[in-house]
Amino acid sequence: MLKYGLTALAALILALIVYFFVRLVGEAGPAFSKAGLFGFTFGNGWNVSAERFGALPLLVGTLVTSALALLIGVPVAVAGAIYATELCPLRLRTPLTVLVELLAAVPSVVYGLWGIFFLAPKLQGAEQWLADRLSFVPFIGGGLVTIPNYFITGLILAIMILPIVSAISREVMSTVPSDQKEAALGLGATRWEMIRTAVLPYCRSGIVGGAMLGLGRAIGETIAVTILIGDAPQLGRHLFGQGYSLAAVIANEFGEAQGLHRSALFAAGLVLFVLTLLVNGVARMLVARSARPTQSPLAAATLLTDTAAGA
Amino acid sequence: MSARGATTDPLARFAVSSARRRRDRIARGTILSATLIALVPLVLIIYYLLHRGLGSWSSSLFTTDPTGNTFFKSSSIGGIKSAILGTLEIVALASAISIPIGIGVAVWLVEYGRASRFAHTVRFFVDVLTGVPSIVFGLFIYIVLIVGTGSTYAGYKGAFALALLMLPVVIRSAEVVLVLVPAALRESALALGAPRWRMISSVVLPTALAGMVTGVLLAIARAAGETAPLLFTAGATLKTSSNLGQFMNSLPVQIYSDVTSPTTAVEHRAWGAALTLVVMILIVNLIARLVSRRSRLA
Repeated sequence: MLKYGLTALAALILALIVYFFVRLVGEAGPAFSKAGLFGFTFGNGWNVSAERFGALPLLVGTLVTSALALLIGVPVAVAGAIYATELCPLRLRTPLTVLVELLAAVPSVVYGLWGIFFLAPKLQGAEQWLADRLSFVPFIGGGLVTIPNYFITGLILAIMILPIVSAISREVMSTVPSDQKEAALGLGATRWEMIRTAVLPYCRSGIVGGAMLGLGRAIGETIAVTILIGDAPQLGRHLFGQGYSLAAVIANEFGEAQGLHRSALFAAGLVLFVLTLLVNGVARMLVARSARPTQSPLAAATLLTDTAAGA
Repeated sequence: MSARGATTDPLARFAVSSARRRRDRIARGTILSATLIALVPLVLIIYYLLHRGLGSWSSSLFTTDPTGNTFFKSSSIGGIKSAILGTLEIVALASAISIPIGIGVAVWLVEYGRASRFAHTVRFFVDVLTGVPSIVFGLFIYIVLIVGTGSTYAGYKGAFALALLMLPVVIRSAEVVLVLVPAALRESALALGAPRWRMISSVVLPTALAGMVTGVLLAIARAAGETAPLLFTAGATLKTSSNLGQFMNSLPVQIYSDVTSPTTAVEHRAWGAALTLVVMILIVNLIARLVSRRSRLA
């Protein structure tokens, strides 16, 4: 009896997810059939009053801020994981881990609040300086820095994905067999050479997977982005200008949306859903794959002697 | 590596050259400074939350509803009572929905489904749920419970959205713990003549209890901070309500609307509300940590 009840429960979850997806596609239908699947997703221009909906500016906003988050967040997160697993005194390991995980307990809306009232005004001067210096670089420099902009959104997203990227990196680094690390040290490697030749190659796909999971988070992040990116429904001309993102447009406009506009917002939600699905799928594959060794200790040792000879 | 100069020490050629030593020191320094950089935002956020939040905490903040007034002094904009109670009610209902379902599915996965193809499909779909952006959960519930029924926002609809969000966390964390229950315990129960359901209810579940509670608490902590799924399901309102069938305020939504219509007094209240929310979430997290220490498994 219990068995059938529980099986039905599991089946119910599957049915529910499929049902949601079908209904979401149904609601998004009118927007897609008006502009075409391609025309909606890559059309440039989101004009509510003219009922013209092209999601390119939103897609670009989502991708630019998420890419920025990875660019800033992943190196810091991986360095933190290396420090916690390989370099730091044993006594500090747990407190350090707990501190980084505290970042994950802060709700998205609080990041938004802190970002818009503290970080963005504090950094505006520095951003303007940077924008002026880089004025010769297209898409980055020049122009006036506004308080809500792509860059500050990316920076906050970087902070928000730190805990997950760091946790997964730490997890895969702790699976590196100590034989392999000791072999490298035994061959005369310095700590850093040991990390570079024995730890990092072994964890590469796991770290990339963790970064992809972080990317999934960043893409789907809504409220902090809505607060920080501004609400400019056209392609931003530079990194320090206002933009919009797929999630932000839904949060901002859904409350008043009617008819085709609402359908377009459902369509934006569908694009977002599919995007995160793809990113998370790849991420899970990579994390699962890194469970087995990618490089033998022997290969690591060879690499080590090669670089030592070159030094 | 070549021995430099006429040294008599035969081991000298194995010594670490100064270039390698320097590179090691630079790399370690870079890693340490990156780690410290990672802690900077945490320190700043905590500092500002305490600094601004404690400044806005007062007894009237917790005992009055927001008035909707934003253009006057802090005395007339009201507090966050309805938001605190709304969050508690919505999260309680979301837990009541997602915990039994989630643990039921986890028990099925571990005890019955195991490595069957159907079980793999269920795990895959649960993983899919984990990655769904929280605002999309709001859209799902909106389509089914608001478009579908032709009605409007209500507290219980927000709770359904949060329950969907909690479900994958509850299932996966409970599954991890249930797998750890030793097979010998199961076998002894069965050998004593207990039927399967009896084995599950009196041996497996009690053994795994502490671990499952930890997972559940972490799911609650995550759901309590979510704004996006509540925006178009529970709505935003001012009055305290104990009726989950009506519009219901919540802390994240209150903070969001305070951020987007900022006069200084309203901004002030947002910091107080944010500190309240973070303290609530940290308490849940702390309990989760304490419980996990008492776990008999792992």
